Amino acid sequence: MRIKVDIELCTGCETCIDSCPYDAIEMKDDKAFINEYCQLCRNCLNACPEGAIKEVEGEEPVVAEDLSIYKGVWVFAEQREGRVSDVALELLGVGKQLSEQRGTELSAVLFGADSSEAERLIHWGADRVYHCEDRIFDRFNDDPYVDLLTVLIKRYKPEIVLAGATPIGRSFIPRVAARLKTGLTADCTSLKIDPETGNLLQIRPAFGGNIMATILCPNTRPQMATVRPRVMKKGVFDESRTGEIIKIDAENLRCRTTVIDTVKEESETTCNLQEADIIVSGGRGIGGPDGFKMLEELAKLLDGAVGASRAAVDEGWISYAHQVGQTGKTVCPKIYIACGISGAVQHLVGMQSSDVIIAINKNEDAPIFSVANYAVVGDVKEIVPMLIKKLKEVKGL
Amino acid sequence: MKIVVCIKQVPDTAEVRINPETNTLVRDGVPSIINPYDLHALEAGLQIKELTGGTVTALTMGPPQAEDALREAIAMGVDDAVLLTDRAFAGSDTWATAYTLSRAVKKIGFDIILCGKQAIDGDTAQVGPEMAEFLDIPHIAYVKAIDEISTERIRVKRMMEEGYDIVESPIPVLLTVVKEINEPRLPSLKGKMRAKKAEIKKLGFDALETDEHLVGLKGSPTQVKDIFAPEMKKDRKVLKGSPEEIVEQLIGVLKEMKCL
Repeated sequence: MRIKVDIELCTGCETCIDSCPYDAIEMKDDKAFINEYCQLCRNCLNACPEGAIKEVEGEEPVVAEDLSIYKGVWVFAEQREGRVSDVALELLGVGKQLSEQRGTELSAVLFGADSSEAERLIHWGADRVYHCEDRIFDRFNDDPYVDLLTVLIKRYKPEIVLAGATPIGRSFIPRVAARLKTGLTADCTSLKIDPETGNLLQIRPAFGGNIMATILCPNTRPQMATVRPRVMKKGVFDESRTGEIIKIDAENLRCRTTVIDTVKEESETTCNLQEADIIVSGGRGIGGPDGFKMLEELAKLLDGAVGASRAAVDEGWISYAHQVGQTGKTVCPKIYIACGISGAVQHLVGMQSSDVIIAINKNEDAPIFSVANYAVVGDVKEIVPMLIKKLKEVKGL
Repeated sequence: MKIVVCIKQVPDTAEVRINPETNTLVRDGVPSIINPYDLHALEAGLQIKELTGGTVTALTMGPPQAEDALREAIAMGVDDAVLLTDRAFAGSDTWATAYTLSRAVKKIGFDIILCGKQAIDGDTAQVGPEMAEFLDIPHIAYVKAIDEISTERIRVKRMMEEGYDIVESPIPVLLTVVKEINEPRLPSLKGKMRAKKAEIKKLGFDALETDEHLVGLKGSPTQVKDIFAPEMKKDRKVLKGSPEEIVEQLIGVLKEMKCL
């Protein structure tokens, strides 16, 4: 897709220039011109009084490779300290759906760990596991991960490759995509197969998380995507499932970096946030650091944790460890109470899979209400203290 | 030491709102800024130069007005600035952006390349590692501290999910940095004066000596199919009444969820 100005219709009124969040429209020979900064946000389409700004289909590729030789869905199963991470099991969940729709097999790729972990991937839905047990993978260095995954993709030609958007996945997967000259879409929140073309529809927040975009990788394979932890639901565990484990030798793997030491930092608030059953979260609407003291009290009464929107963290009211959203943590508690959070998409993608969402906001048009199960239009500074008081009564405090 | 810092001019996405009626982005008066993570990359570059000597070059790819971001970088203290701008670069995804930047970095020359961990408009965190791949140099992502540096090697702390790793790499290397690494300096008055007069070097497609199929829309494996606002939840219940009544209903919900 591209945005283009129809020169015949453009009157040079410059209305569109202000509509563009990216300063991507400029005047050229008294006509609007869309430059390389265009992010396809489409704002200008509505802005033009003449209807001179239009969407046009993307350009066709010069040479199309035979894409049909690429088959199967792969999940890169990240392990840390020999244990497969949960995000890999979540990817097997969505990977299974994709492979069924494509009528192909689901494979997992495991670097490091021992064969019991490879078995576990089969129990969680993998038909096949490519497993390299080499000790080079004990600690994370980008080079051997990039080298071996690239070699395997070239050898076995999967159609789709999924990986966790973790510090490890986000570091080395881009290099794999760069080396293979194929597309990679970061932080997808939904993955589907286009029933017409068979292409992978990769849905992710765009524009700083203010809106969603569907991304395609139509002309190259594999189609690669990362997904953040806790965004997808795990598949079904079945201990009786059987599958094939293919042992892979680590040969000629480079490793230019060296991990000298691994240091664990126990951050109570951080762990707490992702494991809490109840999260009480605050945004700009709570007014300041004092607002968070109030939320802490509420969270304590409910045995929950305190979260925050990016706006509140940027204001310096609470530390980044509490941030929920695309650039913070993804959470799915039983109850998420959003207090004074307007609900930018970037926040919504971090909490919308919560079981129940209660939103309290003064502005009845706030987008947070679009994902809420219970909507309260009101002032958090009035409602929350009253709720705290009532809870204390109920609990006999 | 030749240090290159890659920066991006972005709209201040925190200021962007959606018009609920039209589902379009509202952007009256949303300013363009240097991507916040890139300010930390600039600061890291300046600090490395203070330790080892050398030069710091700020590099950006964007439309002509991205020059403003480079002038800001000069005001902070970088030695020179390069603007990569050409219509041929239009519609670049991360692959094409990283490729184009890597060609420019090769022209400029480098020992250390610094990037912010991601840009706040795209949030992909892909361009840094992809650039390192195109340059065939190692990279370390999510760097939160630089512990030691010599002309040959660098030792850093890299953020991981449950703490950090201490990682060593030979130089040349590319680092992507997180906010914890430092506190970016403010532009000095002298710096601002210098920024006004400084010459910004411009590089276009021809200067990169590459193939047109590797840049811009043609060089981009991914395409944006469409853009939409998230769907509304259908079973939403609006709690009505006085604040007291609302609180009663909330208590009811918490009890129902067995949270009390």
